[in-house]
Amino acid sequence: MSLTVLAVGASVLVQDRGRAGWAHLGVPRAGALDAPAAGLANRLVGNGEDAACLEVLLGGLAMHTDRGRWCAVTGAVAGVRVDGRPQEFAAAVWWPAGTTLEVGTPGAGLRSYVAVAGGVAVDPVLGSRSTDTLAWVGPPPVTVGDVLPVGVAAGPPAALDTPRTPSAGPLRLAPGPRADRVDGDAVALLCGTSYTVSPDSDRIGLRLDGAPLPLARTDELPSEGMVLGAVQVPPDGRPVVFLADHPTTGGYPVVAVVDEADLWQCAQLRPGEPVRFTRSSTGRPTG
Amino acid sequence: MRVLPVGPHAALVEVSSPQDAVGLAEWARGLGLAREVVPGAETVLFDGLADGAAGTEPLARALSGWRPTRAGPGRRVEIPVSYDGPDLAAVAAAWGCAADEVAARHQGTDFVAAFCGFAPGFAYLSGLAGSVPRLATPRTRVPAGAVALAGPWCGIYPRASPGGWQVIGQTDARLWDVTLAEPALLAPGTRVRFVAR
Repeated sequence: MSLTVLAVGASVLVQDRGRAGWAHLGVPRAGALDAPAAGLANRLVGNGEDAACLEVLLGGLAMHTDRGRWCAVTGAVAGVRVDGRPQEFAAAVWWPAGTTLEVGTPGAGLRSYVAVAGGVAVDPVLGSRSTDTLAWVGPPPVTVGDVLPVGVAAGPPAALDTPRTPSAGPLRLAPGPRADRVDGDAVALLCGTSYTVSPDSDRIGLRLDGAPLPLARTDELPSEGMVLGAVQVPPDGRPVVFLADHPTTGGYPVVAVVDEADLWQCAQLRPGEPVRFTRSSTGRPTG
Repeated sequence: MRVLPVGPHAALVEVSSPQDAVGLAEWARGLGLAREVVPGAETVLFDGLADGAAGTEPLARALSGWRPTRAGPGRRVEIPVSYDGPDLAAVAAAWGCAADEVAARHQGTDFVAAFCGFAPGFAYLSGLAGSVPRLATPRTRVPAGAVALAGPWCGIYPRASPGGWQVIGQTDARLWDVTLAEPALLAPGTRVRFVAR
């Protein structure tokens, strides 16, 4: 079976859990930016954890299906319609053959996830169906007219699951390897500064506007490997939280790391929205 | 060898040279310590530490058996280059020599791919004697196959992109191919020689 794409909004990407094990060749991990939302969508329709779904930025997606299948939309809360009839959000919804599914524009948040029983079955590249927007590894972005293959449905839909509360909390921070490049306690300074999301933010990084962090040293740092959630400070002192499509090595100091469990929030923060940090209490002691 | 924590699931190991970073990463890759072992210029990142290895002390213990050695018999690659890049004269000026001499020195260097980044298949090749400043204003488009220098590094652009390195030549070597089992021609540890074509 297959889905025919009739309309896309700002961006629609195929995403799964990403591709691990290639960072040393310069290939980012990619994967759904709001991983818990994508995981929930997959569970709702009975998919395994490796299934690929669609990451829809600010709605605007319409697709036609040639067979009946279960589907689910999660993440940023948006109107879901099948042939114009409103459907439940974050629930398994039967999508009949020959009908059109539409995902509207969310009122809050940025990214909604559409899972279909069987998963989007485009050819994997280096073990993943994720599109990487930095390295452009993986399938190209979804465009109008695309026909997306769907795999064999694995199991029955799981009706019982609870979407998380949409309220965002502060992003928990552990110290990074170059915290000493900041003049003071890097985590304390980040926690004590008010930031807003810069419009330049994307799947590579959440760029933050706010008072610049005071740098103790501005001499060049040799390039080194970077992790998901790394908080890097370029010479202008404005931090960047690196997300799924981040470069695998970089030359500016990483002064803190955002707890992986909080990174989904970075997928949903809109430009201009406030960002707060708090010190992670779960991090192991350093040294 | 200093081990720095990088959040709760990763650690950065500092070594003293790009050669040591490549050597340690190659040595450690088979140990199953982490999901990703990523050499940098003078560090190796262990990301996604396996259960039990989290924390800097267990990792330091696991790596304590490693001793820096000269690069082993790594794969060798020969890359044909036409030395006709737009920055040949600028590099010659920086080195105080003639343009022909830049090409000769480049071909006479035994390079080793130290680490990757910037783009898939883009390797930072170490071994250059001498340093080259980056362009004051990066180019908006550097063509695929451009052979370029910056700082102590040589690199080849796997595809067209913006860039601030000084371009000395051009190759048609295929640097990145996801259909191959080894998608990067110049994976870390690869030894590289350039030849004029």
